[in-house]
Amino acid sequence: MSAAGWEAVIGLECHVQLRTRTKMFCGCPAAFGERPNTNVCPVCLGLPGALPRANAAAVAAALRLGLALGSDVRAESVFARKHYFYPDMPKNYQISQYDRPLCAGGALPLGEGGSAHAVALTRIHLEEDAGKSFHPERHGDRRLSRVDFNRAGVPLLELVTEPVLRGPEPCAAFLTALRRLVRWLGISDGDMEKGQLRCDANVSVRRPGARSLGTKTELKNLNSIKGVEKGVRAEIARQCALLEAGGRVEQATLLYDAERDRLAVMRTKEQAHDYRYFPDPDLPVLRVGAAEREAARAALPELPWAREARFRGALGLPAYDAAVLTESRELADYLERAAPAGQAKLASNWLMTEVLRVLRERDWDVDAWAARVPPERFADFLARVAARELPGPVAKQVFAWLADEPGTVAELLERHDVRVAADDATLRPLVRAVLDEHAAAAAQVISGEEKPFGFLVGQAMKLAGGRAVPEVLRRLLREELAARSPRP
Amino acid sequence: MTAGEAWRLPAREIARRVRAGSLAPEAAAEAGFAGPAARWERDVHALLAAEPAAWRAAARAARRDGPLSGVPVVVKDNLCTVDQPTTCGSRILEGWRSPYDATVVRRLREAGAVVVGKGNMDEFAMGSSTEFSAFGPTRNPHDLSRVPGGSSGGPAAAVAYGLVPVALGSDTGGSVRQPAAFCGVYGLKPTYGRLSRWGLVAFGSSLDQVGIFARHVGDLAEVFATLAGPDPYDASARPGRAPDVSGWHDGVRGLRFGWPENLWREGVEPALVAALARAAEALERAGAVRVPLEFLPGDVAVAAYYLLATAEASSNLARFDGVRYGLRKASGELSELYARTRGEGFGPEVRRRILLGTYALSAGYHDQYYERAQRARSRIVAEHRAAFGRCDLLLLPAVPTLPFRLGEKTDDPLAMYLSDVFTLGANLAGIPGLTVPMGLASGGLPVSVQLLGPADAEPRLLRAARALELDGDPAGRPADEEREPAWPGGVAR
Repeated sequence: MSAAGWEAVIGLECHVQLRTRTKMFCGCPAAFGERPNTNVCPVCLGLPGALPRANAAAVAAALRLGLALGSDVRAESVFARKHYFYPDMPKNYQISQYDRPLCAGGALPLGEGGSAHAVALTRIHLEEDAGKSFHPERHGDRRLSRVDFNRAGVPLLELVTEPVLRGPEPCAAFLTALRRLVRWLGISDGDMEKGQLRCDANVSVRRPGARSLGTKTELKNLNSIKGVEKGVRAEIARQCALLEAGGRVEQATLLYDAERDRLAVMRTKEQAHDYRYFPDPDLPVLRVGAAEREAARAALPELPWAREARFRGALGLPAYDAAVLTESRELADYLERAAPAGQAKLASNWLMTEVLRVLRERDWDVDAWAARVPPERFADFLARVAARELPGPVAKQVFAWLADEPGTVAELLERHDVRVAADDATLRPLVRAVLDEHAAAAAQVISGEEKPFGFLVGQAMKLAGGRAVPEVLRRLLREELAARSPRP
Repeated sequence: MTAGEAWRLPAREIARRVRAGSLAPEAAAEAGFAGPAARWERDVHALLAAEPAAWRAAARAARRDGPLSGVPVVVKDNLCTVDQPTTCGSRILEGWRSPYDATVVRRLREAGAVVVGKGNMDEFAMGSSTEFSAFGPTRNPHDLSRVPGGSSGGPAAAVAYGLVPVALGSDTGGSVRQPAAFCGVYGLKPTYGRLSRWGLVAFGSSLDQVGIFARHVGDLAEVFATLAGPDPYDASARPGRAPDVSGWHDGVRGLRFGWPENLWREGVEPALVAALARAAEALERAGAVRVPLEFLPGDVAVAAYYLLATAEASSNLARFDGVRYGLRKASGELSELYARTRGEGFGPEVRRRILLGTYALSAGYHDQYYERAQRARSRIVAEHRAAFGRCDLLLLPAVPTLPFRLGEKTDDPLAMYLSDVFTLGANLAGIPGLTVPMGLASGGLPVSVQLLGPADAEPRLLRAARALELDGDPAGRPADEEREPAWPGGVAR
């Protein structure tokens, strides 16, 4: 990390691919994985004479994110053209927003319950994605690049932070929180590996306490959260080493190669683009009225950091549980609907260990699970566990059946002919047999040593085939041991 | 009725006969290509594409009960058509066929009209003489040694010699009104956004507007009514209902027309000044009132216009890169593919304007040029608004000169740009303008005047034009009374 005596200053530029039905400026499906160049039309191919029209659903998504982050949503914002030539950019300009973005300011809360601190944002704006280039293929003696325009025109949100991040870890934490938020709001799948969430980092270092910023470099090609962390770390180290050796940082755009943990210069300051921004005359000023804005604000769900704080406060969950369970809105909703009154911790334990394990093993999402085990059904199961009606092994067995079979807990037990032993008449002979067989251990307990008691419980449970209610076993053991102890 | 008999009929008359069953759309279209028409087209070269298979099929398919049934139309080659190529007069789009129709083309077809061919034009609508077409110039039907104006010179000439009764052009700084003046036909540039730009290959998007050529005011009104109205495919389209132009023959009694005489005290051809005087007197005879006023001279507008139009053009034309369509000069290096395709595909005037516009938008010059021009534009808008506080429309020249000779101005871009001095204000202000032919000067060349109105004043402009068509006859004659235009070569029907 940063060499002693230097402070890193980092700002992030994130791109969020919106999960709208159609593209930003035309009616083509914004779907992935189709055959190349099938989701295209005159607009997103940049054919002569074609004109853009803004996608209201994308504007609504941007509005949701801006309001969730406490940004100032502008009543009027302007689409502008950003010019540079590249084959996957159909018009050789990108429709973006420049000096009048949709949202200004705002902050993303980070850390436990969002209480630790918040990362200040500069702006959020709407723009269109480019197509995808594939370089170069060899065809005989010719090199051939190919372009797929299916992605061209897919809506993107660009979100820019202030230069307030101070190291690689906060960058990763920011992206993790942003990913959670966009998924929470249902505006993006936020998968960095799939390019649905992308990030460039502006990195500089300076002496601690210095007011001015050092010369910054821009890091591109950071395509995972881990990659952002590693790339930023490598760049901080590079800049520190450079400065320690008496050198200067040159303003440049760098590409990060995650596999080899290496940075390469993509272009220097002299090669920087002049984007020649100007307002796009094809698109009217984007207006968001107060009524529309307030309706969108009212429609926001409880936000993840608020939910997390409530899980810790009102539900009394540990910080770790609250963080894990609010990673997705579906999971958090499920917890709230499935947890019997006062049993949030029990529900949390089952969700975090057993349910999440099943999701991992079967590659399911929470919805897939909930389709098979609706929260009401799981609540019934948890209530029985809470009421100590299901001994541990039986509970695990019943849990395993839940995902694959229909029916209530009682029906499952009935179907599989599992009888839970909870009555004294059945269990007292078992307890007596155990005490007879392990007389030495019994004697130790009677003499005041508690350690062998657990052993005796285990033996009794084993004898009961795992179907006894442990509390009943414990009580009976105590009673029988008391009966065998010499009178004081 | 034969093709020969349909030759040079007004559009509404053709549609009437087609609806009545006495004229076949095929014959109406054929009329523009057979007989004397064929000789005219050889001399004038108004058309780029005119594929007989395409227009014959279109004529056969045309509905027989529409407002424009069977009316043959030429559309400028920067309007996309599925059945004929769309080149914008440029090598870079040579042979390109659009997969979609422009909205105005679709609306013409839906009204029963038949697109017979694509009108020649200055490359990408950049020019005032049609000499910058990559496929050879169009000549003025009134004098083949002279230009028809531009950039919509092809459609204007086609209407002037009678190939078709009406045509569509585009007007970014005067590209409909100036060739209409040079060719002696009506040329209407509607209010910005009133006709959809979907499928109009962009030059200066904030200035571009589809325009209409016709030989009769009534035809102009009919085509305008057919095309006007909002289009979900054009976000810059003017919202709301189009103004009703059905009262185009209702007269001008009480209408106040501004008379900005300061504009033509010098630098305007005497024959055009005389035409202005005749027009003013005719309007007064018909009951209109002259309001003398001073008006902002055009030189500020020329400077602002050429910065804004070229800035937008440099952006709009960036898409022509050889990657997806059109000319492709393949090369091992990407930068060379761009340089060669664009260097060889674009002609000199287009290259000049792309360079100018790129410069005006560049870092360090943006404020000095682009922003300053935007401020000037705001002033021009305000100036027009102020003028229309005092009058209902403005009467002024459409052009400062009579048609010039081929080659006369091709080496002097500034002189060429100044031929737009009276027209480009309307584009900057987004208001409608209409060129009205006023007959022929002593040398046989057309003279004209221009009418400007505030936004949505098309009905008013058409009423004034009709009053001039009837030469100020106050009686207000019936709408179906046609007056023969001044045919080139003195050829009357």
